[in-house]
Amino acid sequence: MTAERVPDPGVAPGAVDLGAEIAFSDVRELRGPLLVVGDVTGVGWDEFATVDVDGGVSRHGLVLEVDDDLAVLQVLEGTAGLVPGGVWVRFAGRPLQVRVSTDWYGRVCNGRGEPLDGGPPVGGSPRPVAGWPLNPTRREPPREAVLTGVSVLDTLTTLVRGQKLPIFSVPGLPHLTLATQIAARATTAGEGFRVVFAGMGLTHADIAYVRDRLEERSAAGELVLLLNAADDPVIERVLTPRIALTVAEHLAFEHGDDVLVVMSDMTSYAEAVREVAAARREIPARRGYPGYLYSDLASLYERCGRVRGRPGSVTVVPVLTMPSGDITHPVPDLTGYITEGQIVLSPEVDARGVYPPVDVLSSLSRLMRSGAGPGRTREDHLPVAAQVLAALARARQAAELGELVGVAALSQTDRAYLTFRETVERDLFAQGGDEGRPMGDSLDRAWRALDVLPRRELTMLPAAMVAEHLGGVS
Amino acid sequence: MELTGGRVRRVNGPLVEVENLGDVAMSEVVRLGPERIAAEVVGLAGARATLQAYEYTGGLRPGDRAEATGDRLAGLFGPGLLGQAFDGLLRPLSGAPVWLTPHREVDAAARAWHFEPAVALGDQVEPGDLLGTVPQTGPVEHRLVAPVRGPVTWLADGSLGATDPAVRVGDIPVPLAHRWPIRVPRRFRERLSDVVPLHTGQRVLDLLYPIARGTAAAVPGGFGTGKTLLLQQIAKWSEADVVVYVGCGERGNEMAEVLDELAQVPDERTGGRLVDRTVIIANTSNMPMMAREASIHSGIAVAEYFRDMGYDAVVIADSTSRWAEALREFANRTGDLPAEEGYPATLASQLAAFYERAGRVVTLGGRTASTTVIGAVSPPGGDMTEPVTTATQRFIRSLWLLDRELAYARHYPAVTWAGSFARDADAVGLWHAARGDPGWRARRATATALLAEADRLASLAEVIGTASLPAHERVVLLAGQLLRDAVLQQNALVANDASCSVAKGAALLTTVLDVVETCQRLVARGVAATTVEEADLADLVRVREEVGPDDADGVLRRREEVLARLEALT
Repeated sequence: MTAERVPDPGVAPGAVDLGAEIAFSDVRELRGPLLVVGDVTGVGWDEFATVDVDGGVSRHGLVLEVDDDLAVLQVLEGTAGLVPGGVWVRFAGRPLQVRVSTDWYGRVCNGRGEPLDGGPPVGGSPRPVAGWPLNPTRREPPREAVLTGVSVLDTLTTLVRGQKLPIFSVPGLPHLTLATQIAARATTAGEGFRVVFAGMGLTHADIAYVRDRLEERSAAGELVLLLNAADDPVIERVLTPRIALTVAEHLAFEHGDDVLVVMSDMTSYAEAVREVAAARREIPARRGYPGYLYSDLASLYERCGRVRGRPGSVTVVPVLTMPSGDITHPVPDLTGYITEGQIVLSPEVDARGVYPPVDVLSSLSRLMRSGAGPGRTREDHLPVAAQVLAALARARQAAELGELVGVAALSQTDRAYLTFRETVERDLFAQGGDEGRPMGDSLDRAWRALDVLPRRELTMLPAAMVAEHLGGVS
Repeated sequence: MELTGGRVRRVNGPLVEVENLGDVAMSEVVRLGPERIAAEVVGLAGARATLQAYEYTGGLRPGDRAEATGDRLAGLFGPGLLGQAFDGLLRPLSGAPVWLTPHREVDAAARAWHFEPAVALGDQVEPGDLLGTVPQTGPVEHRLVAPVRGPVTWLADGSLGATDPAVRVGDIPVPLAHRWPIRVPRRFRERLSDVVPLHTGQRVLDLLYPIARGTAAAVPGGFGTGKTLLLQQIAKWSEADVVVYVGCGERGNEMAEVLDELAQVPDERTGGRLVDRTVIIANTSNMPMMAREASIHSGIAVAEYFRDMGYDAVVIADSTSRWAEALREFANRTGDLPAEEGYPATLASQLAAFYERAGRVVTLGGRTASTTVIGAVSPPGGDMTEPVTTATQRFIRSLWLLDRELAYARHYPAVTWAGSFARDADAVGLWHAARGDPGWRARRATATALLAEADRLASLAEVIGTASLPAHERVVLLAGQLLRDAVLQQNALVANDASCSVAKGAALLTTVLDVVETCQRLVARGVAATTVEEADLADLVRVREEVGPDDADGVLRRREEVLARLEALT
């Protein structure tokens, strides 16, 4: 069972680049997504491989371990139906690559980058999908706001060009509506704003919804869609965000586009990583997830940013659903440690009928202070945001107290805070799923809400600013 | 470099097994494959050596060549460290390409330096003695100290490269820069036990949970609690001579931000820029994992290098949890039996080895200097009982616990008074007393007692309502609020408030405590608690931002105004 040559099956590999010569067929073990092939020579770690199947469509794999003449492969399409003896493995001699070019504009592909839109495979120059770490000293600190047109985000958790800001949600909440609203409406001051949407484990209904919501961007050639459906091979999801980010990096840093990468749902992605780890019998860290999940997620999220002296940016918005709403679950927890803030959606706010149901006190954009304020958004932006948040924190305390002692027993000040919360949710936070609001409008709405509080409570705002926006003492 | 017949046999991510390396030692560096990537021996069994690789091992194959180098993992220590950024293996990042591929040559000799001898030919020197200085290295004078005892037999003239000999002591050439194994602590004469506080410029630390020079502190906090911002503030404003900022498995944008900001902020003490006293070690989360493990040791080795020149150095490591994760990741790959949560059983001893490199010492050359270590801890899920957090607490003197509730209420720095500690607080109090502030300890005690009492009453008030509390307890609630808003919160974005001098901090705390005392007198005199609660104290809360970072008088003037207004209440 030594190496033998097989004819190239001629399957269009799509974005996946092949260049293999020798096929190995000594399959020693098949377990979960893993395939162990023996008698191999000259195979390096992390190489890409093509698995030719007797009478079937070729599959693809990545080398997870080499030990002398054994190579352990994770098969992206899974091992279902494979028979030892009916499988030939060809190694590419290099890591997995994807072809990048501006031909990606407007394309719709599956999770491995193969066209779903009937078009030809995307051409261009090949790049390794894992990318290389960006030298931190060559990064340009993010500075300019990405305006999403969503009031609650723009005012309180401003997204900044080159930032990574995830949406934490729970199943059943309209996170996909919010993510597509951002993807459809977001703009920056510059030219060439593009969106790369990587869907992982989405249902067909969700996929149809996403395509519908982003129709306009797609028609304008401003969208790249990579879709791994819920019934597509699970391990393929390990690849989807990497292809998306490799395409985005090219468009941003070589072509000068501002690229927004939306990745949904990262929980499905992490489950695929866990599945591979479990098949390899690795020692789990928390909740069965492997100890390297942090580094693995970081290798995706960290690919956002800007490069000194080059136009273009990669902004990453991962979307993830927290199993049973638990923010301490490893996926949201590790994501939160890597990303620059988080947007948390809450069932309680949703139940009050507010869309988008953002729990603003748990949400945060760490880069907001460098992307908002004088010369960037508006002079009063940061103090107003701080004041709204402080007031909401106080309103929450008052509401908790009110539940115990009755609202009537609250002090006048506490009752003013409750009124403030109602006003701000109704007039500032709530908004239509297709509505885009200019920044100035959002901030003015925030001022009008703050007006219901006694002046002495506005300690976060400079006195002159209060006088300018709210006039004399009320 | 001796070439042996070593061959790669197994590759599993950063774990590489090699055969036939010959006489290789534990911790020796081995070069692997055509790219000659660095790896360190972590296990030996017969002819097989287990290595941890410091680079991406993609493409490495069984049969590839492995060469033992005879060297331990070492960095180059010399002029040119300050103001620059390095990766976890101490290779320069400033000047490196945009995308970091494994193969990067380090050209140490690229720059020429001047050397000004402080000794003359024939002088007898002892280890640690000053041999000379290197001018034009910025506000921190770069000193070359003698590594050995002997007579000065030769001195360099004019400009020289970093690795050229600058001095000969006996037969030994002493270059400006030398290689030093990063895991090996540098020697010193003796440890000092007296307590000298390190002023951080952050009020909650300086007033409540001070840190002494040469000790260690840990900052545990879940994500979004402002850990990194607090550490960056300490890097900017603490009274250290040299700051080593280790970004260990953290964000790339953050490192860019740190570099950018430090380059802009002037250092009032030296007249230079803050970046000129800072060494950045950046091994971001997407850079090779095992270099992350080395980065912590690189950082402390750099600090010890400056300590031996006689400086007070501070190492800020963000985050030690990512370092521990690298340990865990590798231990799992080698198949070590896990202890808690998959971490290796050596976790506690490895943490101890790191934190114990902190110290205030007399150097071999007789200078008093220190290495202070501040480590961030990122507990998964904010779980303070997880192994890294609990093990760390045993090896540190100050704990600055960050609280998610405070952070959500935008109370920054979110250091909580419930759970933080400073084991040297009393000694720091004596130090302040010896320097003319005998009230420091009493103020700290009053403030912590008020905060604790306010928390207790707040939870009581949640059940029975504030109105049901007696007046003096309502004033305590107000006191807690004022301490938080007017003293402990600090706005990093406002120049006046970003840092705070000892005097201004003392003035703010005194003012608030006096206001509280006055309020207590008012309610005792029969003024309604509601009247006191609704008194407009916004100007007291704003004063920290309105007067300069060292303007204690400005604070005290405001104190007079506020007290006068309160006294007028009926």
